[in-house]
Amino acid sequence: MTDHHLAEFNVARLREPLDAPAMAEFLALFEPINALADSAPGFVWRLTDGEGDDATAIRPYGDDIIINLSVWESREALWNFAYRSAHLDVMRRRREWLLRMAEPYFVMWWVPAGYVPPLEEARERLAMLRREGPGPEAFTYRKVYDPDGALATV
Amino acid sequence: MDDVDAIAALQDPVRRRLYDYVAAQDHEVGRAEAADAAGIQRTLAAFHLDRLTEAGLLDAVFRRPAGRSGPGAGRPAKLYRRSATERTVSVPPRDYRVPAELLAEVVEEIGGEEVLERLARIRGRSAGAAAAEAMAAAAETGADRAGADRAGADRAGAGTPGGDTPDPDTPDAGAPGERMMAALRARGYEPYRDGAELRLRNCPFHALAVAFPPVVCGMNLALLEGLVEGLGPAGVTARMDPRPGECCVVLDSKNNDS
Repeated sequence: MTDHHLAEFNVARLREPLDAPAMAEFLALFEPINALADSAPGFVWRLTDGEGDDATAIRPYGDDIIINLSVWESREALWNFAYRSAHLDVMRRRREWLLRMAEPYFVMWWVPAGYVPPLEEARERLAMLRREGPGPEAFTYRKVYDPDGALATV
Repeated sequence: MDDVDAIAALQDPVRRRLYDYVAAQDHEVGRAEAADAAGIQRTLAAFHLDRLTEAGLLDAVFRRPAGRSGPGAGRPAKLYRRSATERTVSVPPRDYRVPAELLAEVVEEIGGEEVLERLARIRGRSAGAAAAEAMAAAAETGADRAGADRAGADRAGAGTPGGDTPDPDTPDAGAPGERMMAALRARGYEPYRDGAELRLRNCPFHALAVAFPPVVCGMNLALLEGLVEGLGPAGVTARMDPRPGECCVVLDSKNNDS
């Protein structure tokens, strides 16, 4: 058992509203991909909006930006889901449905095991990454930190 | 131990055989298994396996054989697997990693994946066509093994640089499935059959793929789609199916006999 879990927050700018015909394929991927996350080894929790089984109704950055907030047991657990499962192909095709973002859109940070990070905290971590670049409190896979604040060698 | 010393440890032919065997397995290998595979005594195998471990080419782990635990299960056995550490030697010194990472970052930042994938498909296609041609030339010289080797070597010299020569030791190199396997092996993918699928044990772009997964895995898929087209076997398609520890692409064969 580890004392820390890894929180992950990412935002994505939609090319068109989710109910547009051009987004139908993307929309249809939500259910299977979320199910894949829920059953992935090391998955702990993800934010849902209470309306559906995903967070698409939560739009704190405006109508065209959707968000994801989730918690994982380790970096490897999140990595294996994000890039070693069917989720990778969605990432590969993301330009079909999502617009390029000029600012960082993905951030990770360590939380105490059992803690559920509120959305405000997630937004603050992303703002921190955008403001100050990667550090122990807000980092990316390009520059990864351990829970003790040390820069990790991947 | 530096990279040159590590690679020099493979100069001994027995050690090289042991290393190749362990590296090709999908499981951790014990001393007895490695000794049998290399056709040598267990004590000698143990000696060389430990040299390879000291050189950082293999990792050693202690584990009880599967299914045995508790008292009476015996001592844990020493098992070996290929080390994840990458060794590179270039004379004179060259560094392609930094430009590769920078270029991948550019592709990601400007959203240039579509162009990258188009170019990768074209490159894969010509590499596949060149490999098919080399294999056809090798097959023409027929049973003359020396002739086949020479044709392959000539092709490699005249054609695309590096890794495009099919393994001349591949039996029945003319069969579509075997041609595919040989072309993939020549590029470092380490293919193996799993039912109707051809899965790839190694990612030749590992370090770059870890740093830029969607960009590099997308490029890899396009390269392999092109390679399949260029080689020309009917009914083989490449698709994404990443698993931990393997390449992100799997090849499906539609022309199953069964």
